Amino acid sequence: MSKRWLIATITALSLIVASCGGDGETATTAGETATTAGGATTTAAEGEATTTAGEPAESTGYEHLDQAMAGEFEGTTVEIVAQWVEGEEENFNLALDPFREATGIDVQYEGLPDYELALQTRVDGNDAPDLAQIAQPGKMAQYAGDGVLVDISGWFNVDKLAEEQVEGFVDLTMVDDAVYGVYYKTDVKSIVWYPVAPFEEAGYAIPTTWDEMTALSDQIIADGNGNPWCIGIESEAADGWVATDWLEDIVLRTAGVDFYNQWWKHEVPFNSPEVLAAAEQMSAIWFAPDYVYGGNVAINATNIRDVANPMFDPAGPQCWFQKQASWIPEFWPGNRDVPDRAEWENPPGEASSFFYLPGIDPAVGNPVLGAGDMFVMFTDGDRPEVRALLEYLATPQGAQAWIEVGGFISPNTTVPTDWYTSYPNTDLVPILNEADAFGFDASDLMPAEVGAGSFWTGMVDWVAANGEGTEEIFQAIEDGWPAG
Amino acid sequence: MAEAVEARLEANRRPRWTIGRDISVAAAVVVLIWLGLRVLRSETALDALGPFGGKLVQALIGIVLGVVGIWALFVVANSLVELLPARATSVLRPYLFVGPAIAVVSIFLVAPAIGTIIQSVTEVPEGEGPFYNFVQAFTDPALQLALRNNAIWLILAPAGALLIGLVFAALVDRVKRESLAKAFIFLPLCISGAGVAVIWRFIYEWRPPGQPQIGILNAIVTGFGGEPVPWLQEIPINTLALIVAFIWIQTGFAMVILSAAIKGVPIELMEAARIDGAGELQTFLRIVLPSIRGSVITVFTLSAIAVLKVFDIVYVTTNGNFETDVIANRMFNEMFRFRNFGFATALAVVLLLAVFPIIVINVRNLRRQGIGA
Amino acid sequence: MTAETAEGFPTKTGEATTVATTTAPQRGQSSGWLAKVLVLIIGVAWTIPTAGVFVSSFRAEVDVSSSGWWTVFAHPFDFTQYTLANYSRVLTAEDMFEAFVNSLIVTIPATVIPITLAAFAAYAFAWTRFRGRSFLFAVVVGLLVIPLQMSLVPLLRLYGNYDLTGTFVGVWLAHAGFGLPLAIYILYNYISQLPKDIFESAHIDVATPFTAFTRLVIPLSYPALAAFAIFQFLWVWNDLLVSLVFLGTNPDIAVLTVSLAQLVGSRGQAWHLLTAGAFVSMIIPLIVFLTLQRFFVRGILAGSVKG
Repeated sequence: MSKRWLIATITALSLIVASCGGDGETATTAGETATTAGGATTTAAEGEATTTAGEPAESTGYEHLDQAMAGEFEGTTVEIVAQWVEGEEENFNLALDPFREATGIDVQYEGLPDYELALQTRVDGNDAPDLAQIAQPGKMAQYAGDGVLVDISGWFNVDKLAEEQVEGFVDLTMVDDAVYGVYYKTDVKSIVWYPVAPFEEAGYAIPTTWDEMTALSDQIIADGNGNPWCIGIESEAADGWVATDWLEDIVLRTAGVDFYNQWWKHEVPFNSPEVLAAAEQMSAIWFAPDYVYGGNVAINATNIRDVANPMFDPAGPQCWFQKQASWIPEFWPGNRDVPDRAEWENPPGEASSFFYLPGIDPAVGNPVLGAGDMFVMFTDGDRPEVRALLEYLATPQGAQAWIEVGGFISPNTTVPTDWYTSYPNTDLVPILNEADAFGFDASDLMPAEVGAGSFWTGMVDWVAANGEGTEEIFQAIEDGWPAG
Repeated sequence: MAEAVEARLEANRRPRWTIGRDISVAAAVVVLIWLGLRVLRSETALDALGPFGGKLVQALIGIVLGVVGIWALFVVANSLVELLPARATSVLRPYLFVGPAIAVVSIFLVAPAIGTIIQSVTEVPEGEGPFYNFVQAFTDPALQLALRNNAIWLILAPAGALLIGLVFAALVDRVKRESLAKAFIFLPLCISGAGVAVIWRFIYEWRPPGQPQIGILNAIVTGFGGEPVPWLQEIPINTLALIVAFIWIQTGFAMVILSAAIKGVPIELMEAARIDGAGELQTFLRIVLPSIRGSVITVFTLSAIAVLKVFDIVYVTTNGNFETDVIANRMFNEMFRFRNFGFATALAVVLLLAVFPIIVINVRNLRRQGIGA
Repeated sequence: MTAETAEGFPTKTGEATTVATTTAPQRGQSSGWLAKVLVLIIGVAWTIPTAGVFVSSFRAEVDVSSSGWWTVFAHPFDFTQYTLANYSRVLTAEDMFEAFVNSLIVTIPATVIPITLAAFAAYAFAWTRFRGRSFLFAVVVGLLVIPLQMSLVPLLRLYGNYDLTGTFVGVWLAHAGFGLPLAIYILYNYISQLPKDIFESAHIDVATPFTAFTRLVIPLSYPALAAFAIFQFLWVWNDLLVSLVFLGTNPDIAVLTVSLAQLVGSRGQAWHLLTAGAFVSMIIPLIVFLTLQRFFVRGILAGSVKG
């Protein structure tokens, strides 16, 4: 390496840097604090010259939100993350925009792929965001146990929230007496999709009891119309969760919500007789001959994306019923490739509709299984503007834009029903609001080793064994429950 | 010997009047690098150039900085070291050369490794002994299964990649479009993890009998009148299926190295063998193979290490279900999903211990090649 | 609850090239056809999986999930069965160009920095004496076994303290750290086998140890440098885990693998875009391989030692 080369390089470098280095100097002091992936800081964001809403609004019922609306936190920055990317990211930003405009706060949303892992490593690395979406209360409890979450009960109007939300949601955000999160979004899982036109053509009626449902299944087989059920649980790294949802729905219907809550809290053994009985009930559909399209092999080998393919077969449905949550239409053939809902080939409500998964035991009534997303606050994010945002997310307005676009259900019962303009939410919300009881997805509530571990893999093994060895498998899950 | 060489080279040092220049050049380089990093880090410094222009300039700065910067640092550090008296320079210089590498490696690998080992023996439930996690590991039937699988992988995968790579490397030598042929075998290495997952999904995909198969294997099977096979769920074929995917990737690596090694075999030896009447195969087995022995061992051992670390293929397809679990996959789940740090770090230590003998073989192999002094 | 791939596929492995000291060998003429046939068979077998996805990347999603990719060959010229929609979705996706450039900004230095560090270190290990040489060398080679997942959490904590997350420098150093044991291993293997004679002849050039290194050893080591450069470039370019964890998803700095992963959707709805995404992403590594490949082999020491 000759010296000349070196000098030339340094000169070139300095020329480049000098032309931008000057700007770089002054801008970096402010710019540095605005780097999103870096630590959460509270210095003034630059260039966000938004104005606050002029007129003094009536009180929202939340202290910090009122202050924010009055423009007290204008110019501050809040960092919020969730797993929503692409279309959902757009919708969430739509929902956040009114807050941004009214308060002048720079709300920076980041959608993270591989969400659980990404969030976990950020928290472990002292780089937690201000607010983060959490789908499993078990996860929330874990973070709370690590001492990184803020107990909001000191300043949050929890009573108001408890009044407004579907019963049980606030309890899920609590550990002992501390409240760690606010529920924002929910899903309803106790529904069964079916192809409308062929269904009516064949003269079938929607079942309102479990027995009617199994009778209808037998009818379909007898009529030679293919197999009644489309079931597939392959889900790459998350294999098995579909099966756990089924079991939970059945436990809710046979043993009631009180037992259900004891079950996931491990106040009763995992393999209690009630659970084994529920498994029996499930076997009657999953492992009955000819009930499932593709047979037993298909259940473990079919990816959840492909499960509904036979339902929309142009030659007529090869399977008729898919029990799956309200977001499944996105995966149906003809919809998968299409970002714009208006252009879907098989839109929910037209090509396919759903009925409520019937109750089993009339004494228990009609419970609903669901899941949801809450937002938690990390300790470094405990600032008034962040509190304001969290309160905003608890209000109906916090999700209004998203609700109106479609694909969102709020756990807040005060949301005006006419905001729900699109199917299926128009029909789901009544089911949710009128349910006799609400059970939250148990596998999200159990400790991760079980809820995302042995419960999942246990169900996969159970299916692979075609329903044999129920007692051993469930006993193993019980044995694997972490101590303490 | 190295000493004599060094002494000779040291004798050619520059005179000391360059002190002023050297120090100022060093200072300038450091300042420039620091400035460049600030610009790189800033989000708004380049806004004036517009989004497209700004990005390209940022790219230019980043790449130049990263590429030239490190080199420049070495150069100026060396010139500073040379300002010292001869004795000091010749003692310090090797450390200058080795130091940065050692420092980086210590921070990024050594410290975490030590931390992991410590955590594996300290993170135990109350009242349990330090080896609690290890006992748990070896008595857990699921983990014993994973260990068994790792053993199967170890037997089949490195050998498979090595064999095919060797055969191909030996043969491709006489093919006209050698580069092109090699590129095809090497291609899998150029594909990202997500891409590989998609590719093998298209091979192993299962559809119910009577439906059109979109996975090529099942298409062939049903074409011959058979029932489609759920390759990834059917025990024990599924582990083999995953191993095949791994070999598909690893062979390119083996081939590239062995090809270079084969070309290094002196032509005289081959000619001599041919003159003596040896056939192609004999020449290969008796002359070429022993000559490239070092490379073969290297490829084998490094493939073995890769096998023990294998994680992605399993995680993305089955996540260890259907009896396909391997240690690294289990470690990932324990560490990032279940947050059992004690158990996870114990698994990491087990992995380290398993790889250790392989490393020993490797280092012995290197020794045999002779350290240059 | 879905989870996606966490780490780039190509794993860290090493190489050991022996120094070619002769001119290009002439290979046997007999049985050439057998060799050609075998090479063809293996080559085709290796390419079929990729070819399948290549074909699929030009098909609409509806077709992809309902019929095998080979069915296009029934009517290969029926162009209605092909579509560019997947590629256009991937290429025109927001911030995809930025992600591409970011990948370059990350990968090139993340390849050059470990090479530089390792070259200096390997030379010192091979040709100089200093206290602790054997021990340090054994440690470095031993570090080949460390799976990088072990380092993630402690490193992230460290980075958080020094405000390095989300910076290019941070991720360069991380990749350098993870790639150094292999780099030192490869380069040491090669450099240690250079014949002593070249240093004898160097005194004509008035060389210091430094210039001996830069003017002699480096040029002679191109095969080894190229070999490591290829592997490191591939590994960093295709890496998802390290970039996700140390850089993040902000479009300003997100790399190509991260952007493609986001394209697939929170639940993997648009997975078929990965077919096109894989090929878009593959171009650069392929170019790098084809360019650097020629450095691998031919004897370049021939003649430099005499006189």
